[in-house]
Order: sequence, then C-alpha cells, then structure tokens
Amino acid sequence: MAPGTWSTFLRRGAIWAFIALELAFFSIAGEFLSVSDKAFMNWDNMLLLLKQSAPLGIIAMGMTLIMVNGNIDLSVGAIFALAAVILLDSMTWPFMAAMGDWSFLLAWVFALLAGVALGALNGFLVWKTGVDAFIITLGAMLGFRGLVFMYNGENPTSHLNWTLVDFAEAQFLGLHTATWFLLVVTAGMWWLMNRTVHGRNAYAIGDNREAAVNAGIRVGPHMMINFMIIGFLAALSAVVFYSESGSVNPNDGMLYELWIITAVVLGGTKLTGGSGSIISTLGGVLAIQILRRGLNHIGADTSTVNLVIGLILIAVLFLDRQLNVKGKEALRI
Amino acid sequence: MTRPALRLENIVKTFPGVRALDGVSFEVLPGEVHALMGENGAGKSTLMKVLGGIHQPNEGRILVGEEPAVMANPLEAKAKGIVFIHQELSLAEELSVAENIYLGELPRKSFGRVDWATLYARTDEILKKLKVGFDARTMVGTLSIANQQMVEIARALTVDAKAVIFDEPTASLTDSEKVVLFEVIDDLKKDGVGIIYISHRMEEIFKITDRISVLRDGEYRGTLVTKETTEDDVTQLMIGRSLDLSRNHEHAEVGDVALEVRGLSCGDLYRDISFEIRRGEVVGFYGLVGAGRTEIAETLFGLRAPSAGQILLDGEEVHLGSPVDAIARGISLVPEDRKGQGLVLGMNCRDNMTLPQVGDLTAGPFVSDGAEIAIFDQYRDKLDIRTPGWRQTVGNLSGGNQQKIVIGKWLSMHPTLLIVDEPTRGIDVGSKSEIHKLIRQLASQGYAVMVISSEMPEVLHVSDRIVAMYHGELIRTFTSDEVTEDSLIQAISGIRTDGGDKAA
Ligand SMILES: Nc1ncnc2c1ncn2[C@@H]1O[C@H](COP(=O)(O)OP(=O)(O)OP(=O)(O)O)[C@@H](O)[C@H]1O
Ligand SMILES: [Mg+2]
Repeated sequence: MAPGTWSTFLRRGAIWAFIALELAFFSIAGEFLSVSDKAFMNWDNMLLLLKQSAPLGIIAMGMTLIMVNGNIDLSVGAIFALAAVILLDSMTWPFMAAMGDWSFLLAWVFALLAGVALGALNGFLVWKTGVDAFIITLGAMLGFRGLVFMYNGENPTSHLNWTLVDFAEAQFLGLHTATWFLLVVTAGMWWLMNRTVHGRNAYAIGDNREAAVNAGIRVGPHMMINFMIIGFLAALSAVVFYSESGSVNPNDGMLYELWIITAVVLGGTKLTGGSGSIISTLGGVLAIQILRRGLNHIGADTSTVNLVIGLILIAVLFLDRQLNVKGKEALRI
Repeated sequence: MTRPALRLENIVKTFPGVRALDGVSFEVLPGEVHALMGENGAGKSTLMKVLGGIHQPNEGRILVGEEPAVMANPLEAKAKGIVFIHQELSLAEELSVAENIYLGELPRKSFGRVDWATLYARTDEILKKLKVGFDARTMVGTLSIANQQMVEIARALTVDAKAVIFDEPTASLTDSEKVVLFEVIDDLKKDGVGIIYISHRMEEIFKITDRISVLRDGEYRGTLVTKETTEDDVTQLMIGRSLDLSRNHEHAEVGDVALEVRGLSCGDLYRDISFEIRRGEVVGFYGLVGAGRTEIAETLFGLRAPSAGQILLDGEEVHLGSPVDAIARGISLVPEDRKGQGLVLGMNCRDNMTLPQVGDLTAGPFVSDGAEIAIFDQYRDKLDIRTPGWRQTVGNLSGGNQQKIVIGKWLSMHPTLLIVDEPTRGIDVGSKSEIHKLIRQLASQGYAVMVISSEMPEVLHVSDRIVAMYHGELIRTFTSDEVTEDSLIQAISGIRTDGGDKAA
C-alpha cells in the first residue's frame, strides 16, 4: 500500500462509519425516546429520508466542484429561490397556460436557464474582477434574494400542475423521483470530476493555482463553467422540489448555502481546495439528514438539532486533522 | 553559422519599484546548452518568465527561429515548443505524478474524458528514462522534494520541444539524480533542442554547458565560451570581484558543550546517534539526501519525537515537545524547504523576518513598527538582501533572496544553537560566501552551529568537525584537519574506515 493510502481510506470511509453509528444510535434511542411508535430504520422512513436529502444533495454536488476548485458559492440558496419563482410563475403566463399541462417542460427550461445565467454572472465576475468568490457570491446572495422579493413582495408564488405533482410523487423501483435526480446528479458529477479533463483540472487549480496557470490552464473560463454548473444544479434542485410543493415563499432556501457547505465539509472536502470527493459529499448530505430526522424522531427541537450538528462538524474536522497529520507524516513548521 | 532556436532582443521588464530587466538580449542555438548566470535577483528567472509567457515585456521582442513571436500566456509559449522547468516547484500535490507531468494537456477521449491508459503509459515511459523509483499513479504530495523535482524535469520530455528552460533544476537533487538529469540534457541536445540552464553551481556549469551568459542587476554583461573561460572570469563578470574560496578558516575559541545527543533513535529514520556541539563550533552534517540528517534536525527542533535516546542542552536533559519549546530554549532551525516551511509567501519581507519574535517587539499592547523595521534593516544589510523595501511581498523576491530572509529571521532570534539545513541552496556564489562568513562569525561569537549540507565544498569550508551519515547511521566524525574528500565520500557511502572516534 502506498503511503497515505490508509489514511485516505480512513478519511473516505469515516463518513460512512459515522452514518452507521447514527443509524444505530437512533434505532436504539428511538426504542426508548421515540414520539412515534414506528422504528427509525423503517423502510418508508429511509425512503423519505433519501427523498428529503435531494434538494440539498443536488446542490452539494455542485458545491463540491466549486470548493475543490478553491472557491465557494454563497448564492445558491438565492438562486434556488429565484429559479423556483420562475418555475411556478412562468406556468401561469398566458401563452404557457394555453399549452396545457405539458407547459411545465418549458417552465423547467426557463428555470434551469435562469440558474445557469445567474451562475454565469457569478463566474464572470470572479474571472474578470479577480475578487474573491466569497465576496462576489456574498453580494450575489443578497442581490438575487432582492430579486425574489421584487417579484412578488412578501407573498408566496404558487401554481399547482397536477401532471407535475404526479411525476414528482412517482416512485420508480421504490425510489422517489427526487431521489433519482439526486442519484443521477451524483453519478454525473462523479464522472465529471474523476473522468474528465475539466474535472481533473478543477483539482489541479484548487491544489496549486500558480502551477495550473504555468501549465497553461485557462483558470478564469474554467471557473466560470463551474459556477454555471452549480447555478444549473441549484435551479435543478428547485425544479425537483417545487414541482411537488407548488408554492414558494420568498424566504425559501435561506441558509441553504450553510447547510450545503456543512455537508460538503463533513464529507471531507478541504476548504482550501484541491481535495474532496463526490461520494463522500453524498455521505455528508445523508449524515446531516439522518441527524435532523433522527433528532426529530427522539423528540428534540430545532435548536437542539442545530447545536448538535454544529458540535459534530467541529469534532469531525478535528478528527480529520488528526488523521491527516498521521497519514502524511509531513511536519510543517 | 546555425540559426538560433530562439532569441530575445533588448528585453525590458519593470515591476513596481524594480527594473528587473534592462535591455537584455539572449539567444540559444539548437543543440546548445547555454548557461544563464548571475547573482540572486539579477533577473534570470524573470527573463525566462518573459520567454515562457508568464510575464509580458515592457519593451523588446522574442524570435522563435526567424519569426517574431508574442507569448501572451504560458499556453502559447508551450505551443511554440518552449518548455519551462520552474525554479520553485510548480506541482499540485494531491494529484498523481502523471496528471502533474501532463498538467494542462491531459490526453483526451470523446466527451472531454481523460484517456487514462495513454496518460499512464506515456508517463511510465518517461519515468523509466528518468530511472526514478515511483510510478505514474503515485500522489505527488507523498514524494520527497528531490523526487518532486524529477517530476518537474519529466515535463521536458512530454512535448517536441524547441527549447527547454531549466531554472536551477539541481538545487535539491542527489548526485545520482543529477547524473540522470545530465543524461536527459544530453539526449535533448542530440535531438537539436536548445537548452537554457540556470544554476549557481560552477562545477555543473563547466561540466555541461557550451556557453555562459551573465546578467547583473538586470543588465546583460556578456557571453563566454565555456571551454575558453575559468570560474574566476565568470565570477568577476557576475559580481565584479574575485572570491576567496580557500578551505582554511580560523578556528574560533571552543567553549562548553551546548548540545549533547546520546543514543538518539527515531524508528527507521536514524539509529543510535551520538554527538556533541560546543559553543563556538560549527559541525557539518554530510551525507546523501535521505541519510536522516534533516530528521535529526527536526527532532532537535521539537518536530519529531525520538523513539529512544537523550538530548542535553547545556548539560541538562530536555524534552522538546514542540518548536515552541525548542525556540524557548534557544534552538533555531532554518529549514530545507523554504517555500513550504520557512516563509509566508504572501506576507511582506519585514513581517516574515520578525515573525517568531513579533510578540516581543511591542510598545504597550501594539507591535512596534520601528523595532521591526530596525531588525529588518540590520539583517538586510548584513545579508545583502536585494529588495526595493520591507513592504515587498516575499513571494516576489528572487529565490536566493527568499532564502536570505529565512536565515535573517532565525539569526535575529540570537539562538544558542542554530541549525541550518542546506543553507545556500539556490544562492549565488557571492552571497554564498557571505553566508559562510556569517556562519563562521556566529561561531566566533559563541553560538553552536549545526550545518546540514549535501555540497561537499560547503561542509569542508565551514565546518570545524564533520559528521558523515549513511542510511540513518552515523558512520564517522572527522575533524577538519584530518578530513579528506576521499574519506568523506567513502564514509557517506557506508564504508567505515578506522582512525575516527565514532562517537565523538
Ligand atoms: N512579480 C514580481 N513583482 C515584483 N518584483 C519582482 C517580481 N518578480 C521578480 N521581481 C524582482 O525582480 C528581480 C529579479 O528577480 P529574478 O527572480 O528574476 O532573479 P533571479 O536572477 O532569478 O535570482 P535567483 O538566483 O535568486 O533565482 C528581483 O529584484 C525581484 O525582487
Ligand atoms: Mg531565479
């Protein structure tokens, strides 16, 4: 085994071990504390858990790419909300209404295009201004959210399309539509990051930007493409979620960026870039979702949930650091 | 007469506050090895960065063959057949060797997929030529610095190059790796590739180059034909004076034992090491890369816990759990890898230099600017650091000047025991002799100095005693009177000869 392999294995495997631990804990604790009489590891409960992981999970895949690249995107929650508004509102436009039920396909296209465009704007600014992505997307987060409010004031935007609801609630091979979307996005992003030149360049740029520039990689356009991908995924997440619920509040998706970043970091992606894995991000997303559901299951309230997740995040990062130091044996002054 | 493979004409390049290049012309012929020499900060790397498309010149032009060419970015330079092996390692540590070698031009299949089979096959072929002990899939971060350097060098073999630039490629290579590098250069030469070779090591320059061009303070000073010149001529052209490179120096007055190490071991890295260093004494540690010298230094600096043995400072046993302990006890380490370990590249010169003692330089609750600047000024003058001012970001300094900042940083701490690991790597001949003088001077002021070096002339020149190591074992300790080059070479190859007291 090459040096470092063991620690890499531990790091990759750790999130799954953590998930197993969570499941065991909530199953046992659920016996004594549960507010419902169903077991935690109930089949339907697990299916639902996967489904509920989808909205955050889909965006988290894009965030992994962005963070491996050495950037961050704080505007995903706002893009999510704006795409949802466009999705639901566009179906009420007269020419769309005239098209009947299948107009939702066009509504999807509008929403997804909006996501790509907003992502492109972020990426373009990061590329051309050279300002840190943190700052640019912080501004975008506020700005895009402002657009959501301008659209419909404080009121929710609603439209129910029954064809769409049927589609969203469908189950194929037992899994819900949203879960399928999550799985396809995960597979697609895994392929992108591990098999394509673009994905490998993303790692290289995040690892050593100067080396990438020296090697002739065009870093600016590369980053812009990544922001377009995460914009697309934020919109896709909205499409999946709101097709079913049919109503969006202007505050929806707030703090999503923080949950998503938490999940990605829990999955072992480095904040400084250069390392991270899509599969581990999936683990991070599931771990958080299990924790939320599990704590609810044993009757904890939201504030307890947040506190516990915060503590666990810090504990996990600390452990990861210990493992890293041991594995690399690199002693830096 | 053959046409040059490429030519730079009257290149001017300025940075804020610095005129790095002032009308420099330079050419390289196909199949020629052309050395570029000059002091630290003379502008060698800058000239090559202009050629490599990393910097744009303010004036002047570049000709590739007969054609004027604009290198707007590294990609264009590469497309025109110019390969640049950088002075500072330019690698992505979390990626594989293969991905690093082909960075920016990974072989593709349909849908933008990486063609892994081709990538690994080609890389393994190159690695075979380089006779290295790792394969294409190894993660670069797990390699030693020397092996990382070999990965950089491997890039020269990936494309049909017109010209290859080697910017101080041997700074961290072992002798056997150097031999391989020189073979590679020879092969490239036979294929008619023009080679630009930057180094501060005279013996290499005279061994492999055909012509030598010299820069000084950003100006072109002249070109010499290697066969018809001498080291002294080159030095004269570089720094405007000759150097006294004699081996003999005055022994300082030797005082009490400052550091004593008894039976120190650390797993497989080194075993049963015993030695002592007195005040006023310079002890050189000589051996091949990987002999365990750096690891001993790290133990003494509290970075690596020993598995057995004792460390005594001024006769008192100490346990050094961290660099903080070590610094508090008057131990300083100038590390081997300045970029990774010695400097905060984004910080300015002054702050880097005063970093370990900034807590003591206060006026009330605030850091005293004046005190910091005073220290910086003192060591800038002492070490002749070339920088437009203390505000300059360290990352913008030339490689050699960066090294001087690290040395200045630890000297300014007035340590009892100063450990310097490869103190003059990448440092020009003039400053090198300054640093050697400085090390001797420190000894005469009563400091105990431990010098780790892979350069024989250096250990011979500065040391009062020399410890020879081989594969983690202390083979023999020589005094400077008894040591000969031959006996030293034998010792670091693991051959024990009689006559030395092993545990000195
Ligand atoms: N990006 C930059 N910004 C500002 N100044 C710079 C920059 N790059 C180089 N310089 C300055 O230009 C001068 C020439 O530096 P250069 O790196 O070319 O020296 P060098 O001859 O390669 O030296 P060494 O032997 O130490 O590597 C130095 O004074 C350096 O501080
Ligand atoms: Mg240089």
